[in-house]
Amino acid sequence: MGRTLTVARKELLHILRDRRALVVMFLIPVVQLFLLGYAATTDIRHLRTAVLDADRTAQSRDLIAAYRASNYFDIVATVGNEEELGDLMDRGAVRAGLLVPAGFGADVAAGRQASIAVVIDGSDPNVANTVFAASQQVGLAHSLRLLERRIGTSAAAVTPLEVRPRVWYNPQMRSANFMIPGLVAMILFLLTSMFTALSIVRERERGTIEQLMVTPIRPIEMVVGKITPYVGVAFFDILEVLAIAVFWFRVPIHGSLLLLLALLALSMVTSLGIGIFVSSVANTQQEAMLLVWLTLLPSIFLSGFFFPIEAMPKALQAVSTIVPLRYMLVIIRGIILKGVGLEVLTEQVAALAVFGVGIMAVAAARFRKRLG
Amino acid sequence: MPFVAIQFLCALCGLRDSEMSTKMSDSIIETQNLTRRFGRVVAVDGLSLSVRRGEIFGLLGPDGAGKTTTIRLLCGLLAPTAGSARVAGFDTVRQAEAVKRRIGYMPQQFSLYGDLTVQENLLFFADVFEVGRREREERIARLLAFSRLEPFRNRRAAQLSGGMQKKLALACTLIHHPEILFLDEPTTGVDPVSRREFWEILTELHLEGVTLFVTTPYMDEAERCSRVALMLDGRVIACDTPDRIREGVTGHLLELRPQRVREAARVLEGTPGVLEVQVYGDRLHVFVEDPQRGEEAVREALARAGIGVDSIRPTRPRMEQAFISLIRRRH
Repeated sequence: MGRTLTVARKELLHILRDRRALVVMFLIPVVQLFLLGYAATTDIRHLRTAVLDADRTAQSRDLIAAYRASNYFDIVATVGNEEELGDLMDRGAVRAGLLVPAGFGADVAAGRQASIAVVIDGSDPNVANTVFAASQQVGLAHSLRLLERRIGTSAAAVTPLEVRPRVWYNPQMRSANFMIPGLVAMILFLLTSMFTALSIVRERERGTIEQLMVTPIRPIEMVVGKITPYVGVAFFDILEVLAIAVFWFRVPIHGSLLLLLALLALSMVTSLGIGIFVSSVANTQQEAMLLVWLTLLPSIFLSGFFFPIEAMPKALQAVSTIVPLRYMLVIIRGIILKGVGLEVLTEQVAALAVFGVGIMAVAAARFRKRLG
Repeated sequence: MPFVAIQFLCALCGLRDSEMSTKMSDSIIETQNLTRRFGRVVAVDGLSLSVRRGEIFGLLGPDGAGKTTTIRLLCGLLAPTAGSARVAGFDTVRQAEAVKRRIGYMPQQFSLYGDLTVQENLLFFADVFEVGRREREERIARLLAFSRLEPFRNRRAAQLSGGMQKKLALACTLIHHPEILFLDEPTTGVDPVSRREFWEILTELHLEGVTLFVTTPYMDEAERCSRVALMLDGRVIACDTPDRIREGVTGHLLELRPQRVREAARVLEGTPGVLEVQVYGDRLHVFVEDPQRGEEAVREALARAGIGVDSIRPTRPRMEQAFISLIRRRH
């Protein structure tokens, strides 16, 4: 115990002496959160749109105004023919085109079915999906309005079915509410595994590990001593990031903060274990950094951080069950967004406990072997 | 059987039978057939050594001879592939913890914390070795005075000169009063003044009764050792006091300054009566069977080849010549 504290105190001195590392430790999570909090948004609004109005009637202008009013489409260009539209789409100047054919106004006035076309840039399916749905919604609403005008009563009287969706947990469907809890998990994972790996590899790189090995310090004392200050730093970072999430991004924490912190501590066992494992493999700090990134990147994509796991092919879904970040995300989103308690999260907690113990055991074995 | 082994050991290290019984009980480091392989390379090959309590034992040899591996085996940092070693009476593998409490190890490269001050480094190692609080202050004060680092106690280790860093490393390895100190090339890369100062400190430790196990590529440092072992390709090829190693080289040594050194060396190598020729800059060291006749033979041979020579004088072989000679004549 005494020697563990000695190592921890020394490590703390290293941290305090290294001004640049200090800045990195406390600033990087903030920068990451701001960057990703704003950038990683799937809210699609204000899509740059070109209009090709071959009709030029009051009816066509009415329709275009309806699309503009929806906030999904920003009309930024008016083109004269389809080639011009194609050119704008190719250059990425617009992502959608609204085509109103000649005779549209006449059809509407005559009570015939009129048709319009919406061209969508499908390079990004995410964007295309949203725009696809939005274009139909706006069209449907407009056509109801036309119907009301024609029959002179409100549409409610004639439509036999009304669907009223209610969105739970994130009623405004803000992607920040979904992304930021995920970021907290990712930042925690990255920081703890990275700091741990780097601090141990640094001793190897400088040759100081050899000096420690001829002292009575046991490997476990050395590792625990070295990671203790970083656990402190990681917790500080978590609180920092959560504070920004709540007060700046207005992400409400519906569940128990205490439970959240406790389960984050549990997740840390896994990420610390990964850090120790990496340190037993890497010879230099660069190698360690690379290895941490190599574990983190697939984790991010397989964990459901950006893309829902349900949408993945069966094989990848199976792989994702061994990604610890997946369980961290369920826990953190569950507590922050849904306000659920431990009883709902037992499966995830059990998975993380198994991961933590397993990775720690492997890391410890490798670490001891590497020293011997 | 153990007795035979011991006898063999003593013979190897130049102990006479009469000395054996007393010296054996005094031996603080003992290795038996100590061997370490790295893949196909045999870094240490069947090493059997005995170091006596309180002596300065020098392990000499060129780079790659296996000196560092030997030290690392003795400190318990590496496990031997075969054989065993006892340090301070404990087995280096099975009782590594007991060994660690009794030894100090100073690795070749600087391996303290550059971002910590002199004082903080010392405190860290004092805590690691669980030196009591009151004792700690006193020892640190003593070590700072002893290593002449007192004025720099609050300076960061990275900002010390090379020589001062070595002294700090030494002070850190002494914090727990080790019985044995292992020093791996402690003066490599240190300026001559610091080197001498460092050896003065080592001599003081020797006088206090600490056993010193030193590796060095510097032959002048070997002269300061009580006994030296010459290591080559993982084997000890000679082990004795520096005096006896020098005397053990057969032949008499002549030092001369010929005009064309390389050519002169080639001529002399074929001259009858010449055992060996070594080139040192503009000088030649020639081992001859007989001092008088040898000198005449050398003069004649050089005159015949038209090579002028300034001076020829008989000289005592130093460790360097003895060492090179021992290596050469093995091949």
